[in-house]
Parts: sequence; structure tokens; C-alpha cells
Amino acid sequence: MAKCIMTVDDSVSVRQMVSFTLKNAGYDVVEASDGKDALGKLNGSGVNMIITDLNMPNLDGIGLIRAVRSNDAYKFVPIVMLTTESQDSKKQEGKSAGATGWIVKPFKPEQLLGVIKKVLG
Amino acid sequence: MNHIADAQSEVYKEEARELLTVLEDSLLQLERSPDDKELVGQIFRALHTIKGSGSMFGFDRIAAFTHEVETTFDLVRNSEIPVSKALIDHTLQAKDYIKLLLEEPTTDEAPCEQDLKTLIGSFNKLVSGHKETMTQNPPTNTSTTITSAQGASSSNAPAGLLTYRIRFCPASDIFLTGTNPLFLLDELQELGECRAVAQTNALSSLEEMNPELCYVAWDIVLTTDKGIEAIRDVFIFVEDTAAIHIEKVDSPGDGAAEEGYKKVGEILVERGDVKAEELKEALGEQKRIGDILIDKGIVTRDKIASALAEQEQVKEVREKKAKEEAASSIRVAAAKLDKLVDLVGELVTVQAHLSQKANSQADPELVLISEEVERLTGELRDNTMSIRMVPIGSTFGRFSRLVRDLSKELGKEIEMATEGAETELDKTVIERLNDPLVHLIRNSIDHGIEPPDVRESLGKTRKGLIQLTARHAGAQVHIEITDDGAGLDSARIREKAIEKGLISHDAEITEKELFGLIFAPGFSTAEKVSNVSGRGVGMDVVKRTIDALRGHIEVESEQGMGTTITLKLPLTLAIIDGLLVEVDKDYYVLPLSSVEECIELDHSKKTRQQDGRFVNLRGHLVPYVRLREQFGVKGDIPDVEQIVVTGSEGNKIGFVVDQVIGEHQTVIKTLSRVYKDVDSVSGATILGDGTVALILDISKLSQVGRCEGNA
Repeated sequence: MAKCIMTVDDSVSVRQMVSFTLKNAGYDVVEASDGKDALGKLNGSGVNMIITDLNMPNLDGIGLIRAVRSNDAYKFVPIVMLTTESQDSKKQEGKSAGATGWIVKPFKPEQLLGVIKKVLG
Repeated sequence: MNHIADAQSEVYKEEARELLTVLEDSLLQLERSPDDKELVGQIFRALHTIKGSGSMFGFDRIAAFTHEVETTFDLVRNSEIPVSKALIDHTLQAKDYIKLLLEEPTTDEAPCEQDLKTLIGSFNKLVSGHKETMTQNPPTNTSTTITSAQGASSSNAPAGLLTYRIRFCPASDIFLTGTNPLFLLDELQELGECRAVAQTNALSSLEEMNPELCYVAWDIVLTTDKGIEAIRDVFIFVEDTAAIHIEKVDSPGDGAAEEGYKKVGEILVERGDVKAEELKEALGEQKRIGDILIDKGIVTRDKIASALAEQEQVKEVREKKAKEEAASSIRVAAAKLDKLVDLVGELVTVQAHLSQKANSQADPELVLISEEVERLTGELRDNTMSIRMVPIGSTFGRFSRLVRDLSKELGKEIEMATEGAETELDKTVIERLNDPLVHLIRNSIDHGIEPPDVRESLGKTRKGLIQLTARHAGAQVHIEITDDGAGLDSARIREKAIEKGLISHDAEITEKELFGLIFAPGFSTAEKVSNVSGRGVGMDVVKRTIDALRGHIEVESEQGMGTTITLKLPLTLAIIDGLLVEVDKDYYVLPLSSVEECIELDHSKKTRQQDGRFVNLRGHLVPYVRLREQFGVKGDIPDVEQIVVTGSEGNKIGFVVDQVIGEHQTVIKTLSRVYKDVDSVSGATILGDGTVALILDISKLSQVGRCEGNA
């Protein structure tokens, strides 16, 4: 069965690009527009991995990571954060919240798939 | 693909327009209430998204420019620059400029370059003005080229084949970040020849263990030409939390070759696992160094294992290099090799005889000699076999031309990929494999892969893929031919099979068995006979050839997704590992590769099931064949018989014998033509005492068994 990846981003275009790349690579994709939406869609969805932006309204990426990590069912799910922040602080904050890895925007589809392979096998 | 990209950039433009409107509104509101943090955040997010997605969809100029503005607003957000009239003016101008870029993204020259420069200049002034006042502030990143973590390896010049030792001790809570360390090891494996030894000494007892924590560390030896940066890249996500040591060990040809290999002790000292004095002291005792160190409790067994792995790997890499250097080879006539193999076969037989004799004489001196001969014979046998082994790559190479020509002829776009070209197989096997492979590939191209237009309408890529994979699996080699075409149509196969009288109307058979029918003589579901395939001769020939090679064929297929045909072949035709069994003082050999287990058939506990020729094996009914009846053997049946359970083509079937004797190196002798009609025996072998044992053909015997079982 295809692995299911959730992409969380408030930008429709980024979400589309990510989801297009993932679908082409044979993954199932669930889209969410922000952290709150993501948490709502998470339960029972059987998501194997989450790719999330950091800057989002309602609930930002860091908050989402914390919430996911405290959910027993998704405690060990790999989470990759998308970030344009070149500053380390956001990245560190994300990591200490429990992110598995990160990918710096802008990225090419191959890079995205490379990172997914790294954390999802 | 292209129109999708276009549609994507339309989505981006649409979104960017909306964001720009939000940006303008927020800016105007901010002018009225400059202390509103929420508004600043909103502006920052809008800029951030415009920049981030801009660069992803090829709007590089927008991304570069927006980055400048974003940098400024980052400072505003952190309250390092105050919200001023000038800031809002400039940002509004910037917004207009972004809009301009958005609508005319195709022009080569940046529009209104002069305006751009002044704008950037004024933003820089805002930022630098702030910097002068707050010098302790960390410098902001003014370059838009952010090197992503993933790209670093490519820029690093390959350094030639080098061997590294890597010690990877993940933090115990590594799983809590969703990281699976095994994937990292897999990734290392892709970089080159890699050996990983798990260090499990931190593992506590089962009761104390917390399954959510990681107790294992790994010592890895890797030989790669990708350079150390590529290795660091693998660990990039865990480098802060895990302890990772990467060290260069050895580069072949650095003069070390003359000094011989590093001793295990030296490696351990280099790694800092053992102190030099401790090593010296330990060396005073005449024992293997590893054992001594373990006995003394200086290092754990895992550490020694990992040092040994390093030694081994370095040795191998050097040998490989030496092999390449000494690529001189001698051409030998194949017939001479065959003769050699025959002779080795004879020798193995004689040696078996000798061993038996020596053991029955109870003469320790003779036993010693016989054991020595046994060891040498074993080595000689392995070496001789390896001489006959050739990589399958050359055969694979021939097919790419076939695929190219055929796909052109049929108007299809097909790509062929191969994997495991270095897998070695007996020369005779490879030669005889050529025709079946050609046939299977032709079939995949003709029936499997759809024409490009059809593929496109199904949402697949225009180009079809045929993948040839070869790999070792125990004493077998598996060759897979995979296509991503239409897959087998089980309904059509069923229809056809009924039409051809292969199965009855109401036959209940599994999908696997159904797919197996395509190998029946005269079977073809193609409606039109093409130049390439469809006449229904061929698949049965394929099956026959593979059977003759003592191999199996398995078919897996998913409609619409593609088909995988797996050929399972023995490594060699001359000698196999067999299980020697006895039925009324006659000996038989079953190929060990198909044997799954041996169970007892106890006649004192007769049950109803046993009359029905089925035995209950852990809840599954397994049919069995009595070799006694099969071969018409008279004589007394022992109270307890043995059932050898074999797995052939996915089905389990048992063979009832009097006694299981044990493993036997079986030199296969073909039977003379007189016996060519004998179905259930595929050859014979000579045992140590000179008696002949027949080698049973399990798949043929299974068919007999199944027919009886159904009757």
C-alpha cells in the first residue's frame, strides 16, 4: 500500500507543488492549510509522515509538531519542516519540538524526495 | 508535464495577487496602529510565502527581491527596527514592484532597474541604520542563495575510493523525533560497500527495557568515492543529538599494502577502544587477540566484531583493486572447464567414500587424513564452481538493444533498467537462460506495456519501464522481469483456459495458479498474433527450459499496475545441497533448497486425516505423497515414518519416507536416455559407499500428489 504523507502549508501553491511531486512519486497525499486543520485531519487518517511549513496562521509549525508528538498514535511519525528561515533559531526550535528533519525552501522536487527517502525509507 | 507546470505557476500568480492585496491592506492598517504585532506577523508571512513559493515556481527575481524586504520585516518583527512612515512607504512601493514582476515575469531585463536599485538601497539603509545603532545584533543573511542541506555532496569533488570508519551512537530518544536509524544505514549502504556492526552492550534486560528508546549504536565501515561530506550529509538531521565519529581508515595503494593488513589490536587502539599497554599485555598470551580482550573484559564482543569487519572490508577493497590491476586472464576452452568440474564431482564422491571408511575403521590417523581431504575437496569444489561463474551483466546488456528495436517497431516508448548485473551464475545456466529471457521481455513489450497515448490517458508516464533484476537468494539466483504495463487480465485468462479445456467451468483456483496457466502449451490471450508474440508457443517453452534448469517461475501481477515474473534458478547445475532420505534401504535425494521441514507421521496415533493423505501442520492441511507407494516399494512400513515437507511454487507438499538421513553434497549425474520418460526423477548421485541415490523432481512429484489429492 502506498505510504500516506500529509502536507501542511498555508500557501496553496506550495501545497500543490509538494502534493504533485509526492503523487508522482507514488505516495498518497493529505493536504492541510494550517496546524489546526492538520490536527483535525490527522486522527484516523493513517498518515505515515508529515511535511509542514513553520509560518502559518492559527497554529504554526512548531505548535503542530508539539501537538503531534504528544499524540500517542503519531508519536513516532517522521515530521519534516519546510523552512525559508536561514536563521538557526527556528530550526533549533523545531528540532527540540521533535521534528525529524528539515528542508530549506526553495527546493527542487528531487531534494524533497531525497529527504522523504531519508526519513521514511 | 509542461501544462501542469504552467497550471502550477498560474496557481502561484493567483495566490501571489491575493497575498499582495493582503499585504497592502495590512500595511495601511499598520500605518494607523504601528504597535500591532499581529499585523507585522501577517505582513511577514505574506512576504515569506511570496518569496518561498516564488523561487519554487521559477520566479527567481521575485524571490530575490522579496527576500530583501522580508529581511527588513524580520527585524521589524523582532522589534529591532521600529515601524516608521519610511518603512511603510518603501514596502508599499516594493509591493507594487513585486506586482509588476509578477505580471511580466518573462522579460529578461529586470523592468525599471533604476527603481529597483533605489528601492533596495532604501531598504538597506533602513537595515544598516538599525545596525549602526545595534552593533551587537547578528548579521542578517543578505544572500538569497540558501544552500540546502541536500545539495552539499554534489559540490564535493570525489576523492577516489576511500574507506571510512563511522561510529554512530544515536541519542536514546531518537525515535521520539520520528527518526528511524535503519534508514540512515540504508542510505550509507547506497554510498558504497558498507558493513555495519550493531553495538548492543547498552541493551538492558527485557523487563528494564523501554521499547521507545534506542539502546543500539553502530560501527560502520564504508568504502566510497563520494567523500566525507556525503557521509556527513546522511547524518545531517541527527548530527546535533547523536554522537557521530567519521574517520578515514585506508586508501588502497597508499603504500600500506606492503605492510600487510592492520591487526585487530591495532585497529582497536586506533579507535580508542583499547589502550596500547592493555594490548601489549594481552598479546603476551598466545590466543586470538579478540578472545583475550573479551575475556579480560576490556572490550565487548560487538566492538571486536566491528573491528574485524573493518579489517575484512579493507582487505576486500584492496583485493578488488589488486584484481583490477592484475586483470590479466587466461582464456580456457569451456570443455576443459567442464572436464574439471566432472573430475571434482568424482573427487567429492570418492572423498565421501573415504570419510565413511575412515569413520568405520576407527583409526584416528586415517580419520585425520580423511578430514584434511574433506576440507581440501570442499575448497577445490567451491573454487572450481566459481571459475564457471560469470556475471549476468553481459546477457542483460544484450537486451537493451532488443528493447530499443522492438519498442520502436511497435511504436512504444520503453526504458529498460537493470539491477544486479554483477550477480554471478553458472555459465551453462546463463547460456540457456538467454532464450527464455528474450521471450519474457518480448512479451512484456508486446502485451504488457501500453502504447504511449493509452498510458497517458491512464495517468501513467508515457515511457514504460522494464526492469531486469538479478540477485542471490541463498543457493538460488532470482531473476525478475518487471514491467509497469497493463498487468495480466485474470478474467481473460480464465475464459481462455476454459476454452482450451485447461480448467473446468467451475474450477476454483487461486490467482497464482491461474497465472501459472499462461505457461501451459498453446495458451495465449492476445487477440491478434503479432510478429513478436501471441502465437502461444513460447511461454510453455520458457517453462520447460526453466524446469530443465531445476528452476521455478513465479508470476505476480496487478491489473493496470504491471507484471513481475520471477525466475528462481539454482546457482549451479553440477552440485547441489540435498537431503538424503531412505525408503526401504533405497536412498533418495531431495533438493535441500525446496525442503522446509521434517515432521513425524506416527502410525500408532492414527487419525482420520491420515487416511485422507493430509496432515495437519499447525492448522494447515498439507497433502502428502507416500514414496513407498509411488515407487511400488514392498516391505514393512516402520511404525513412525517421516514426512519431508517441501515448498514448491507456493504450495506445500509432504513426502513420506522411512527415515531422514541428513544433508548430502550431491554431485548430479544425468540419467541415460533410457530413463528419459521417467518423470519423477531428475538425476542420480553416487553415495560414499558406492550406492546410487535417485534425485527426486519435486515439482513433478507434487503434480502427481495434487492430482491424487484432488481425486
